[in-house]
Amino acid sequence: MALTPPDDRLWWKQPLHGIELSWITISFLWGLLMFGMMVYWHLTGDQNLSNEAYRINPDVYAEKVEAAAEEYMVREDENSGMPVVHPPPGSDVYMLARLWEWWPILELEEGKEYRLHLSSLDWMHGFSLQPANINLQIHPNYEMVLTVTPDKAGEYGVVCNEYCGIGHHQMLGKLIVVK
Amino acid sequence: MSNLMFRTCPETGLKVHGPAEALIKANAVVAVVFLLIGGLFGLLVALTRWQAIHLLPADLFYLALTAHGADVLVFWIIFFEVALLYFASAILLNCRLATPRIAWAAFFLMLAGAVMANVAVLQGESSVMFTSYVPMKAAPHFYLGLILFAVGTLVAVAVFFGTLVIAKQEKTYSGSVPLVTFGAVTAAIIAVYTIASGAIILIPTFLWSVGLVGEIDTLTYRIVWWGFGHSSQQINVAAQVACWYAVAALTVGAKPISEKVSRFAFLLYICFLLLASAHHLLVDPGISSEWKVFNTSYALFLAVLGSMIHGMSVPGAIEVAQRKNGFAHGVFTWLRKAPWGNPAFAGMFLSVILFGFLGGITGVIMGTEQLNIIIHNTLYVPGHFHGTVVAGTTLAFMSITYLVVPLIFRRELIFKRLAQLQPYLFGLGAMGISVFMMAAGTLGVSRRHWDMAFSDAPFSFDYPPAAFMMMGLNGMSAIVASLGGVAFIVVIVGSILFGKKRDDAFAKENPVIFQGSGATVAHHGDAGSLKIPGTTILVAVFFLSFVLYYFVNWKYLSEVWPLS
Amino acid sequence: MAEPDQPEEQAPSTDTEDHAEKIPAMQSLLDNHFLLLFIGVAVPAVLYTIWGVMEVAHIPIAN
Ligand code: HEM
Ligand SMILES: [Cu+2]
Ligand SMILES: [Cu+2]
Repeated sequence: MALTPPDDRLWWKQPLHGIELSWITISFLWGLLMFGMMVYWHLTGDQNLSNEAYRINPDVYAEKVEAAAEEYMVREDENSGMPVVHPPPGSDVYMLARLWEWWPILELEEGKEYRLHLSSLDWMHGFSLQPANINLQIHPNYEMVLTVTPDKAGEYGVVCNEYCGIGHHQMLGKLIVVK
Repeated sequence: MSNLMFRTCPETGLKVHGPAEALIKANAVVAVVFLLIGGLFGLLVALTRWQAIHLLPADLFYLALTAHGADVLVFWIIFFEVALLYFASAILLNCRLATPRIAWAAFFLMLAGAVMANVAVLQGESSVMFTSYVPMKAAPHFYLGLILFAVGTLVAVAVFFGTLVIAKQEKTYSGSVPLVTFGAVTAAIIAVYTIASGAIILIPTFLWSVGLVGEIDTLTYRIVWWGFGHSSQQINVAAQVACWYAVAALTVGAKPISEKVSRFAFLLYICFLLLASAHHLLVDPGISSEWKVFNTSYALFLAVLGSMIHGMSVPGAIEVAQRKNGFAHGVFTWLRKAPWGNPAFAGMFLSVILFGFLGGITGVIMGTEQLNIIIHNTLYVPGHFHGTVVAGTTLAFMSITYLVVPLIFRRELIFKRLAQLQPYLFGLGAMGISVFMMAAGTLGVSRRHWDMAFSDAPFSFDYPPAAFMMMGLNGMSAIVASLGGVAFIVVIVGSILFGKKRDDAFAKENPVIFQGSGATVAHHGDAGSLKIPGTTILVAVFFLSFVLYYFVNWKYLSEVWPLS
Repeated sequence: MAEPDQPEEQAPSTDTEDHAEKIPAMQSLLDNHFLLLFIGVAVPAVLYTIWGVMEVAHIPIAN
């Protein structure tokens, strides 16, 4: 029984059943394949995180975001008054998270590549771009940089999906992709 | 050592150490109380996320979610695991428990910590979720409660290891420890690393909350905290597999097909399972893909290999035993004729199946570096772990409780029909919670979120209507699971208080454990004779589902915006 | 992977029992719970925690 010491004192010497050996082999190979799949996707897949990041003081980050917003602002959002920023394709674009908003509204062009910078000014937040379904963990003091190519025009919601206090469910931002 | 401290179990012939038995009872009872409290909070949370009902206001929702996570994930599970550790050491090894006084001290420390953390949460200043990510701050006694609880647990684990030493010295068993005890050893080893990680991160966080320490780095916090948070789930995995083997042995007389293979699988857990704490850090900034890929894969998925081995050897052992018990013809007769009316067996088998199909497969998928981009912090995550820790661990612990009550508390079960129904009710509910939250998560819905309609937000955004339907179905499943949970508590508490006493004579006449010969399976040189066609088919179905669903998720990922 | 035929070696830490046949090395490893405890703590401590914290320490400062 599993509740008593093994009957056979030298249990390690018991032979392996063929069916067990087959299952162990299949499972092991499947594990190798799943491991290989991650490596393979790094080499050939289109969706990988760069892991490029920098340590940054939140005040310094806020200045960067504000400077970029000032330079490329095209209008204000009618309801919220939040600036809509349309940076040139190929450039660095900035968004910040703070209690409880994503700032500013970014307007990007479909099919163009951007270097998107993200960081928080206070607590941790979760960048959840919907319905594109891209989900990233946003930390204060760390600036995350990733290259994105929006491939479908439309209005996207930036949901905060890391719990960040009582206003967490109001923390919704906007990202627009135009043709 | 005085023999007065021991009784002999009329059913198993094991020598049962009185103080060990008392400690098992105390830890199990407190565990069940926290399951009740935590389960209630779970129901409130689920009814709030059912948008048509939206039961609690936002502040109470976040409070209830914090309490739910702490009470069920930490307190229910770990109190029960301590009871299992004492059972697997003192009882199974025919030994006295090392230092019962210290074990009681551990118990009261854990209890004090759990109560303190609950008080802190209910006071309302600590709705930080059980992850308590800095720099969001809880009241100091929230962290202090968790620390006391962790210290108590560490002491209990030390008592377990002490008992192993005593049993060896006093030669209360010969040869190697039983497989179930070995599973418990695995769980205890994992617990040591888990608690050490918890202490390393929670003690500075406590000091920070009272102003003695400056800022705490958020990335370091997440790395070390998940060394605690995720690893504690791996204690569950090891403990639950040990439960599977134990319940299978006690209900149908199953013997491990191969001690070597099963123990080797546990060794893979010991070496590699804990690396998977990296599952939580796959979309965090600045950590290299080398670290992510290596750790999240448990070093080439070797710990997954361990689970897949158990996934064959547990049903395989049951099949072999059942065939010896007279259900040898056909492929699935052994399964059809299994004791489905015995809640211990039914709960155990459902736990094996649901854990494998719901929790296991999805866990590996979420833990794939790139796939995590479409899953991180969505409801897919709680959907997955209600498959592991609710449909898997909680159901397994419930199932063994149906044996603990007659064997350790020595009481007959009352409400036998309700008890028979209970595993199905709870299993069905847990399955629903798991599946529907995962479905909503696939549609992008955020976890830990009070308002998926964003009514107070500055902009509007609509999740697909199907997502709202999934959360409705989730709420209904939550009701079913809660009924199953209440049924469990009514039966268990009722039996302990009012069940007929099983004295030795009565127990001999009305045994609860399997009375067959105890089928012997593997002996030298019978490698060719193992016949488990039913299990082979089950395992094949499992494997095909795994492969299929794995690649479906890569397909989803390939449709996401190009990122690099 | 599990090898069916382990060479019979005398394990460094031996079982105290007085049997003639030697215990296979893997078996005595699996019976040595404190060695397992050491492995089980050391492996994740090095590969997960220490390596992970080093990764964080190496994140460059923004200019
Ligand atoms: C009646 C049974 C249960 C129901 C109805 C239930 C329901 C839920 C729901 C709806 C959530 C919220 C998901 C979210 O908004 O993020 C949740 C979270 C959670 N549940 Fe359960 N659950 C039950 C039992 C359990 C058990 C037995 C465990 C552990 C053993 C568990 C562990 C957790 C944890 C750890 C969380 C996450 C808390 C957090 O995000 O901080 N649940 N549960
Ligand atoms: Cu936020
Ligand atoms: Cu948030």
